[in-house]
Amino acid sequence: MARRVAIVGTGQTYHKSHRPDVTSREMIKEAVSSALADAELTIRDIDAIVIGNMDHFESINYVDTYSVEGSGGVMKPIMKVTTGGTTGATVAIAAYYHVSSGFFDRVLAIGFEKNSESDTTGAIITCSDPVWDRFSYSGAIPSLATEATAYMEKYGATQEDAALIAERDRGHAMNNPYAHLRRPLTVADIMASPMLAYPIKLGDICPRSDGACAIVLAADGIAQKITGKPAWFKAAAVRHTYTWFGDSTDYNKGLVSMQRASKDAYAQAGITKPVDEIDVAELYLPYTWAGLKWIEDIGFCGPGEASKFVGDGHTHMGGKLPINPSGGVISTNCIGATALLRVAEAAIQVMGKGDTRQVPDVRNAIATGFGGCFWSDIVILSSERP
Amino acid sequence: MTEWLKSVEPLTLKGQIAVPYTWWVGETGGRFMAALRDHRKILGTKCSSCKTVYVPARKSCGRCFIDMEEWVDIADEGVIQAYTIVHYGHPVQPAKPPFAYALIRLDGADVGFLHVIKKDLDRIKNGLRVKAKFRAERTGTILDIDSFELM
Ligand SMILES: [Zn+2]
Repeated sequence: MARRVAIVGTGQTYHKSHRPDVTSREMIKEAVSSALADAELTIRDIDAIVIGNMDHFESINYVDTYSVEGSGGVMKPIMKVTTGGTTGATVAIAAYYHVSSGFFDRVLAIGFEKNSESDTTGAIITCSDPVWDRFSYSGAIPSLATEATAYMEKYGATQEDAALIAERDRGHAMNNPYAHLRRPLTVADIMASPMLAYPIKLGDICPRSDGACAIVLAADGIAQKITGKPAWFKAAAVRHTYTWFGDSTDYNKGLVSMQRASKDAYAQAGITKPVDEIDVAELYLPYTWAGLKWIEDIGFCGPGEASKFVGDGHTHMGGKLPINPSGGVISTNCIGATALLRVAEAAIQVMGKGDTRQVPDVRNAIATGFGGCFWSDIVILSSERP
Repeated sequence: MTEWLKSVEPLTLKGQIAVPYTWWVGETGGRFMAALRDHRKILGTKCSSCKTVYVPARKSCGRCFIDMEEWVDIADEGVIQAYTIVHYGHPVQPAKPPFAYALIRLDGADVGFLHVIKKDLDRIKNGLRVKAKFRAERTGTILDIDSFELM
């Protein structure tokens, strides 16, 4: 029988467009030190480490060994996990499995990225099949734009409907001192921003950030001694579907990996009415249309209903189910850390440490990771020990 | 075993991606590089816990997991601890073969310093003393030291 596991501490850097003052490993140490301080532990208390990033983004292949000065992994079991955009969530889930298995009591999960050190599009395109897909899908934007146009055609959603997602998230980022972009952005600003690949404009997509995130996980019995309010894992699900972009064009089906992962996660957590039972969501929404289409796939509203659901304010702070109190990916995107930030921010909400971005009385929080070729990871955290 | 060559035409596709990486040296590494460039000086940092002196200077001691605040002047000479002589050429190598890669324990440091020796290769032995030869034009890289030479 697997052991119960909780997050007992989180740490992150102040995310920026570039960090000339530190190397990756020095930046990692900032996040790790702050996570350990949050849990009131030292590196000596940590039994094992899971770390991840997009290794081709910095051209550092063995980040597990490269990073030990910063991760604290000297002479400890440390493993690298990398799954594309989902990396941060996968790192958290792998660390959860480490503790749940009974092999380790206290495990550190780390995600980081220095997007400023390479050409993100050049690096990201290496995710697509070299022989068949790489020539055409230049980076993340065209594949997402294709998904967006299909959604617009099917449900009549407008560019303004989508822009409201970025206005919301960028507004929320004003409450988060760690966020990279802390300037409000309005629907009108987004509509006036340059078109990149129809219908995606500059204001619709995430930035490139330098930053790191770390969380500390602990086993049942130990977690309660570390903190009075651990964030318990209620569910963790990983679904990777196809790898050929052409296989994902049946948009009538939606983001299948997220539908399957959330169905699995809700079953694990005993959740039947997500909107009523989940108090806050930290979703990996790398562009605005994701904030419409994918919240349908995750079951927050029915197909085609997202524009109204968001437009009615249900997902803003103070709404029924606030999404991205941190400002989300639209405000901060240090890719290998991005999905771990979702998990960390969900934990922060459960632990009541959100300060100006805190949603009141959070019991259940959901976090997602998105990446690769439309892959999804889901984590559900709770103030209740499952 | 090579029968398939007759029936399969081995087509390939040439990659077009050349990602231009530019790594930030960071504040600590930058101070080390600037000292090399501006003062021909080699700097280390010392851990306040285990007292290890690291060169090149770095920000934290991995073993003790603490930041290092104390900067230490390291000598530009020391002792060869280990080496190999390279006989093949490659674009990433900093010198034309034959040359030696050597781990050099600089006076005042507790760890080896990786660099190259270009001359007197037939005389190289562990334990011999070597001295840094700086380049006249320095730009703030580890190759502002051209090489080490036997003393
Ligand atoms: Zn030390």
